[in-house]
Amino acid sequence: MIFKLERRVDDSRWMAYLSPILAGTLTLITGSILFWALGKDPLQTLYTFFIAPVSDLYGWTELGVKAAPIMLCALGLAVCYRGKVWNIGAEGQLLLGALAGGALALQFLESDSALALPLVLVAGALAGMAWAAIPALLKTHFNTNEILTTIMLNYIALNLLLFSVHGPLKDPGGFNFPESALFTEAVTLPLLLEDSRMHIGILFALFALVAVWVLLSKTFVGFQIKVLGLDTRAAHFAGFKERRLVWLALLLSGALAGLAGVCEVTGPIGQLVPQVSPGYGYAAIIVAFLGRLHPVGILLASMLMALIYIGGELVQIELNLPLALTGLFQGMLLFFLLACDVLIAYRIRLNPRFNAMRKPSSAALVNGADANLSTHSQ
Amino acid sequence: MDYDLIVNILYATVRTGTPLILVALGEMVCEKSGVLNLGQEGMMLMGAVIGFIAALETGNLWLGVTFAMAAGLMMSLLFGFIALNLSANQVATGLALTIFGTGLSAFVGSDYVGTPLVGIEPWHIPLLSDIPFVGRILFSHDPLVYLSFGLFVGVYLFLNRSHAGLALKAVGESPQSAKATGLPVFKIRYLAVMFGGAMAGLAGAYLSLAYTPLWAENMTAGRGWIALALVVFASWKAERVLLGAYLFGAFSIMHLVAQGLGFSVSPNLLAIMPYLATIVVLVLLSSDKARVKLYAPVSLGKPFHPAD
Repeated sequence: MIFKLERRVDDSRWMAYLSPILAGTLTLITGSILFWALGKDPLQTLYTFFIAPVSDLYGWTELGVKAAPIMLCALGLAVCYRGKVWNIGAEGQLLLGALAGGALALQFLESDSALALPLVLVAGALAGMAWAAIPALLKTHFNTNEILTTIMLNYIALNLLLFSVHGPLKDPGGFNFPESALFTEAVTLPLLLEDSRMHIGILFALFALVAVWVLLSKTFVGFQIKVLGLDTRAAHFAGFKERRLVWLALLLSGALAGLAGVCEVTGPIGQLVPQVSPGYGYAAIIVAFLGRLHPVGILLASMLMALIYIGGELVQIELNLPLALTGLFQGMLLFFLLACDVLIAYRIRLNPRFNAMRKPSSAALVNGADANLSTHSQ
Repeated sequence: MDYDLIVNILYATVRTGTPLILVALGEMVCEKSGVLNLGQEGMMLMGAVIGFIAALETGNLWLGVTFAMAAGLMMSLLFGFIALNLSANQVATGLALTIFGTGLSAFVGSDYVGTPLVGIEPWHIPLLSDIPFVGRILFSHDPLVYLSFGLFVGVYLFLNRSHAGLALKAVGESPQSAKATGLPVFKIRYLAVMFGGAMAGLAGAYLSLAYTPLWAENMTAGRGWIALALVVFASWKAERVLLGAYLFGAFSIMHLVAQGLGFSVSPNLLAIMPYLATIVVLVLLSSDKARVKLYAPVSLGKPFHPAD
């Protein structure tokens, strides 16, 4: 190997912030190579993907529409991941929030009560919370791995939604399509801007952002979660109630994801359909990491992720590229981020041994060759 | 229930359990070396799509299987580079592999959705398949099922009877001591990760070339994740992987049983069964903390630097 990794004395704060930018840049470069290989003009494709969607006000409102659910999910996941609670279940929690909220919304088809909408939203958040309570209970009382339980619950939630829209919640006047009746105005989120789809869900997301920021950086509970994530044993010695923290992180995360789900069906969608989420809950995992588990980082990363969703749709329509590009870009971004994160704890040096081969004089450098890429295999 | 129905249910159980056996055996070997790769689902999907495309374009099903294994292997190298060379968090890297594999497979396969293909045909083993009851259940399958039997025996012997298997387990228990006794820890872990990748690719090929010969987005439907749970269920023992996989296979084909008994239940509710069973099994097995600790490789999921 030409290069070697050398452990830094302290983790680099700079690299922690630079790494997401570097990862984004590498994703763009790889993306343009990919477009070129597909026979498209890379610059034009990148423009269509990342600039054209936000070149007018409507584009920005659409960005808000997509960023809101991602941000809500990612904020909750950040609280979990800070405490090393590996909640992969935002997608399922979102779907259950949509399902429960949607089912309640269908009870208000004849009503114009002002209480209907708040009730529906609360129901959605509570359903997401209840769905997250399952892995919390299993983890704290049965020692069950939350990665696997939350993943399984995602599949279960999706099948419950499919069952409901094919069965009990199907619109009787809907020509047998698997979808519910359209929600009435009483249970539809008000729009923030006329002639757009931007609804007040974005305000919920921004409010959650401030709340999570306060929780994580200004409260003792936030501090406890952080310690739990950094060093479980230290948290034990300090007498922190680990179980309670796990519950708190999962319930909060579930409630936010559930709220995201119910906002989708009462907002831009307006009814229960099988495709409530194009994978927002999974995208939020990437966003949480990309945003460094920090609310402000998550705000920016959610907007980028929303842009990837909108851009993916636009290149499908305008350049006839597969919609799956969205998922591909998401995966690449996370991979590059993890790879770049190595620079937080390590710096890249030219391998002294490689140097030594060319310049014998620098052979003296061969000491402390720690974490050498090529010596791994010895 | 009549005789034919029971035979058919057991026959289908073996078929449904086969991809789980393949991917779970691979993951178990990987975990035995101390590496937790949560990317099984992504590697399986890549195996499924690449295997399908290769078989369709070349007209050779076995070339498809080979390409699928190569695809799983390549994906595992990506994991290996980031998780082992760059010592990134294994949980996050595995998740990344699944997200990436899901996206990439959908992208690569977007032109092939719904394309028909004549899949791998059953291969009735002479004499053995004529045995009543057992013959139909075990010996009238496609060759990949027989391959899964062989791979099971191979992994079992490797882990329990071979020197190399002992070295692998030593690395998973304590890489520090393994290194001190002169074992190439890094190389062994890489090989284990690659084996897991090739097996996941093979499992994917089974799905897209034999089980249901077609390509559909996300056609693995969480089998990669179920396999991860299976390894816990099996307490990292090969023989229990086999048992567990067939048990889960049976859960996945509950609709056959339900139809046989004259029930009409929503297919979406029945689809929940294997995932629900996974959770129940995890709860039953994990609640005994001591037991999990006893069997799990001690250094599972912990990065290791020879020089640290």
